[in-house]
Amino acid sequence: MDFILIKERAEKNWKALENLRQPLIQIGMGTCGKAAGADEVYAAAKQTLKEMNLLGRILQVGCIGTCYLEPIMAVRKPGGPFIYYGNLTAKRAEDILLSYLRDGDPRPEWAVCFTGEGPVDGIPRFEDLPMIKPQVRIALRNCGIIDPENIEHYIARGGYSGLMRALQMNPEEVVQETKDSGLRGRGGAGFPTGMKWEFARKAPGQTKYIICNADEGDPGAFMDRSLLEGDPHSVLEGMLIGAYAIGCNEGYIYIRAEYPLAIKRLETALKQMREYGLLGRDILGSRFGFEIHIKEGAGAFVCGEETALMASIAGGRGMPQSRPPFPANKGLWGNPTNINNVETLGNVSAILAQGAKWFAGFGTEKSKGTKTFALAGKVERTGLIEVPMGIRLKEIIHEIGGGVAKGKKVKAVQTGGPSGGCIPADLFDLPVDYESLTAAGSIMGSGGMVVMDEETCMVDIPRYFLSFTADESCGKCIPCRLGTRQMLDILNEICEGKGAIEDLEILKDVSETVQKGSLCGLGQTAPNPVQTTLRYFRSEYEAHILGKKCEAGVCKPLFHYEIDPETCNGCGVCSKKCSVGAVTGEKKKPHSIKPDRCSKCGACYEACKFDAIRIC
Amino acid sequence: MEQAIYQELSVESMPEVEYLFNEIRKEFKGRADELIPMLQRIQRTLGFLPEQALLEIARLTGLSTARVYGTATFYAQFRFQPVGKNIIRVCRGTACHVKGSNRILETIEEHLQVTPGQITPDGLFTIETVACFGSCALAPIMVVNDSVYGSLNRSRALKLLDEIRAGEKELLR
Repeated sequence: MDFILIKERAEKNWKALENLRQPLIQIGMGTCGKAAGADEVYAAAKQTLKEMNLLGRILQVGCIGTCYLEPIMAVRKPGGPFIYYGNLTAKRAEDILLSYLRDGDPRPEWAVCFTGEGPVDGIPRFEDLPMIKPQVRIALRNCGIIDPENIEHYIARGGYSGLMRALQMNPEEVVQETKDSGLRGRGGAGFPTGMKWEFARKAPGQTKYIICNADEGDPGAFMDRSLLEGDPHSVLEGMLIGAYAIGCNEGYIYIRAEYPLAIKRLETALKQMREYGLLGRDILGSRFGFEIHIKEGAGAFVCGEETALMASIAGGRGMPQSRPPFPANKGLWGNPTNINNVETLGNVSAILAQGAKWFAGFGTEKSKGTKTFALAGKVERTGLIEVPMGIRLKEIIHEIGGGVAKGKKVKAVQTGGPSGGCIPADLFDLPVDYESLTAAGSIMGSGGMVVMDEETCMVDIPRYFLSFTADESCGKCIPCRLGTRQMLDILNEICEGKGAIEDLEILKDVSETVQKGSLCGLGQTAPNPVQTTLRYFRSEYEAHILGKKCEAGVCKPLFHYEIDPETCNGCGVCSKKCSVGAVTGEKKKPHSIKPDRCSKCGACYEACKFDAIRIC
Repeated sequence: MEQAIYQELSVESMPEVEYLFNEIRKEFKGRADELIPMLQRIQRTLGFLPEQALLEIARLTGLSTARVYGTATFYAQFRFQPVGKNIIRVCRGTACHVKGSNRILETIEEHLQVTPGQITPDGLFTIETVACFGSCALAPIMVVNDSVYGSLNRSRALKLLDEIRAGEKELLR
C-alpha cells in the first residue's frame, strides 16, 4: 500500500471527524479512567444518545493528563468547541448530554474547560488551565486526542512521517540526527540515545536486537503505561526508526504483566501495522524489514535492569550480569542489543518527523527536550504531565499540581522511585534537569514524582523503599542481598522506637558499601532514599531515636491520638468510626480516646471535620 | 497464621488439566525462551502452578525441573497454591503508600481474617499485594480480578468486598 495515499486518506477522515455533522463525544478510557468509573460513563453516554434518538459518535481516547478529574468526557456539538467535564458519574454524564445536546445549555458550572472554537461563556480554555499552561506535550502529543486503536488517527496527525523520512536517509544520518537532538534516555540513567545507538551500530555482528523496555517497575510511575495505552504507535514508530539506525531486523517489547490494557493496545497496534505494510518485509516500500515480539514480565522489579531484562526474555531468572560486556556489544543471546525506554522511543518518532533542531529548542543546555512526570501523592491535581526540562520544581508542585491538598504543609517531593531521593520543600527552586537533581542527591528517574506533606514520615519513607528493594533484590551479590536487608532492619527498629543514635552512623556506612559494592543499578541506588533523608531530614531520625516521637503520625509506637477538649464539640462521628471501641464520650460533650484500646488506625483522625484530634 | 493449602490436583480436575496441557503443546514449540510465557499461560487458566505443570513444562522443553522451578519461583507473579474465587490485589506503590494503602490493607486483613497469600475459609477471596499498578494519580488503588478501583478509603474498600460477597451468595442460590 502506498503510504502517501494512506496518509491522504487518513487526513481526509480526520478532517471529516473534525467537521462531523453529528455530536462527537470523547471519553478517557485509559486504566486511570476505568479505575475511576469511565466504563459506566461510556455506557450512560451510549444509552442517553439512544434515548434522545441522536446519531452521534463516541470515541475512546487515552489519558489527557488531568487524572484527578477522571472520568472525563468531552462533548462537541457540530461546528462547536469540545467542552470537557470531569469527575463524572453515569447520572451526571446523562444530565450533561441531555442539557447540552437537547436543550443547548452546556452547564458551565459543571464544565472544566474547552478546546477549539471559543470563547465559551464561563468556561476557561484547556490551554489556559493552570495545570496545562506550563506543559509542552511531545511524547504525549496524541494522548487524549486520538483513538489509540485507530492507526489512521495517528497517521493523520503526522504519524509514521518520521519513519518515512528516516528510511530516505542512511542509517548513520539517522544516528546523527538523534545525537544532534540531545535526546537522553528517559528510563532514568539519561544516557545520550544517539551515542547508545552508535555503539550498537558499530558493534560487529550480523544479528542485532532492539528492545523496548516497558517494564516501568518504579512504584509511583505510570507515564509509560499511559503512553502505550494512549498512543502505542508513537513508541512503535520510534522502535522502527531505532532498528533501522542500528541495523537490526528483530525487536522485543518487554512489558510488565500488570499492564493488561497496554498489552492489548500494543497487540492491536501491531496487527494494524502489519495490515498497513509497516511491519514485516519491505516496510513502506524500502528494503528494511522488521518483526516485533511482545514479552510479558512476571513481576520482578530487577527485570527493568538491562541485563536482567535480557535474561528474562531468554526464559531465565532475571539476574543481572556485570558490565562490560555491554549489551551494545554482547546482549540478547550474545548479540549486540540496544535497549530503549518507552518514552525515549516516543520522542524519537517526533524528532525524526520535526527535526533535531526543533527538539533541541526545548529544555536546557545539557538536558534537551521535555520530560513526562507522574505527579502523584499529596497534591490537589494529580496526573500525567510533560514539561520542558529546566522548569522549577516549585512550578510543577504549586502551579501545575495546585499545591498540597486540604491545607496541609508540603514537606518534600520524591523523584526517581526507589533509586531516587526526597528533596525538601526549601529546595523547590531547583530546575528539573538531570544534573541538578543528581547534585541534590536524587535522580531524574523514569518520571515518578510523589509529593509529601507534614503527615508523611521521612523515616518511614526510606523504610518503605528499602522493604521494596530488599524484597526485589535478586540475591546474586552480597552487598545488595545483605546490605538492603541490614538497612531495612535498622530502619524498622528506629520506627519501632528501638533505635540508637549509633544506628545513624551504621546506616550511613552500610549505605556507602551497598552503593559501591553492588553489581547492578538496583543495589547501587537502593541507599539513595536513606542518604537523602539523612541529609535533609536528620532531625526526624533523631526525634524517632532520642525523643521516641513520630510527629507525622505514621510510626504507631511513636505517637498517639488525643482529642482536644477545647475544639471537640461532641458530634460523635469519631466514636462511630472506631472499630475497637476506643473512643468514648457523651453526645455534645468532648470525647476522649482510651490509649490502651486504640489501634492507631487513624479512622477517627480522618473522619473529624473539626480538626479536634491531634497527633501527639 | 499458617495455612497449609498446597493441594494436589484432584482426580475430578484431571481432564481439564490434560486439556490444558494439550493446548500448551499446540501453542508452544518448547523453546527455552518460551518458559515464562508457558508458565503465564498455565496460571491464567488454573490460577496457580501445580507441581504437575512444572514437570510437564520440563518434559516439553527438555529443561531440568530444577531450572523450571528456579525460574518460576524467581518471579512474584507466580503462585504455587490455589487461590480463592476473587483475587484482591492491594497496591503498595509509593503514591498509594503515601495516601494510606497500608491502612486499607490492614482493614481488609482484619475484615476477612486473612493475610496476603491466604484464602478465606469460604474460598471466596485471596489477598495479594502488588508493588505498583501504575494508576498512581488515583491512589490508593485496589484491583479485584480484572477491575481497577481507585481513590479508595477504608469504608469503600469494605463495601466493595461486601458487595462481591453478596453477589456470590446470589449466584449460589
